[in-house]
Amino acid sequence: MMMVQLLLSFVASSLFGVIFNIPKRLLPHSGFVGMSGWAVYMAAARSGIDGVAATFAAAFFVAFLSNGFARRYRTPATIFIVSGIIPLVPGGTAFEAMRHVVMNDYNAAISLAAKAFMISGAIAMGLIFSEVINQLAKRRP
Amino acid sequence: MTERVNDIVDVCLLAGKLMLESGGETYRVEDTMGRIAAAFGVSRSHSYVTPTGIMFSVEGTNVTRFIRISERSTDLSKVALVNHISRRISNGELSLDGARKELERVQQQPLGYPLWQQTAAAAAASACFASLLGGMNHFLPSLLSGGMAFWCFEMMHRLVKIRFFAEFFAAFVAGGIVLLMERAGLAGDVGNMMIGSVMPLVPGLAITNAVRDLMAGHLIAGLSRGAEAFLTAFAIGTGIAFILSIR
Repeated sequence: MMMVQLLLSFVASSLFGVIFNIPKRLLPHSGFVGMSGWAVYMAAARSGIDGVAATFAAAFFVAFLSNGFARRYRTPATIFIVSGIIPLVPGGTAFEAMRHVVMNDYNAAISLAAKAFMISGAIAMGLIFSEVINQLAKRRP
Repeated sequence: MTERVNDIVDVCLLAGKLMLESGGETYRVEDTMGRIAAAFGVSRSHSYVTPTGIMFSVEGTNVTRFIRISERSTDLSKVALVNHISRRISNGELSLDGARKELERVQQQPLGYPLWQQTAAAAAASACFASLLGGMNHFLPSLLSGGMAFWCFEMMHRLVKIRFFAEFFAAFVAGGIVLLMERAGLAGDVGNMMIGSVMPLVPGLAITNAVRDLMAGHLIAGLSRGAEAFLTAFAIGTGIAFILSIR
């Protein structure tokens, strides 16, 4: 089951690379970044860490890996980051929130929307932290 | 002298325009233009970039230029190519004319992948995503709904130039197909399939760019990109909500 999940996240992330028109030779790399992010998220979630913290860790790792690839292949890190964070996007929670809005159950909707918002914030914070560390490392000669 | 400065500014603006139109972050555009100008001997230049326009001026002369960006799409390979060209300029490998020719070649380059390949990729990506969330029995139905949603988005976007309406319509179509398949007894979990189908439309690039722009201190650019991402998410959400409410 674990292997299937990893394979699916790899294929999905590299296909998102096609949608974003990233160079052909870098498609496997973007798939690898997405798969690693998903692996970190699953490992964290399974060991009982809260979803927001797990997303933060995964996004951090995605950006860390992307910056490494960016330096290695001399191309912007965004190329890897955009497809790498796709599996982490809180689509499910946002959908549930929307479903409760439609059912006029605003209490449940607001708490779900807040959760989705927290998870997107965690993705952003993960990217920021990784970028800060990257800049600090770059400054040191 | 002014002649040469004008040519340099032309090349800088062309590079900036290409990057911004293809989905590059504004801080990267400013950085690239500054580097190109410096490499050609204009050390003091100022640029102000927002997602909808570029202002560029050279200190000490009265050369100031403004261009408007009206069409934006996602073509990250162009961003990478322009980035590469600017590196070569910085290393002194390209002359002013050479740089202009290279950039013009990038400008005329067609999109990296044709529409049918992108649609196929979107379909397969939706299928993978729905299976990731729900299990393998979601694969085939999501393949259909995800592909149709992406295709409808592209077609609608060509027809009416209002991006958010195209996104709304695509989400609506995806939801409709999923519900029809549920009626026919083909579908697994409706929620997971809808999420998978709209995933190719989710504003991943806009969110990342907004965060990176805000971090780089480009507050206006970051906020406007954030607004773009929010509107897209809102359009998708409304499309899905609409179909759920008439279920």
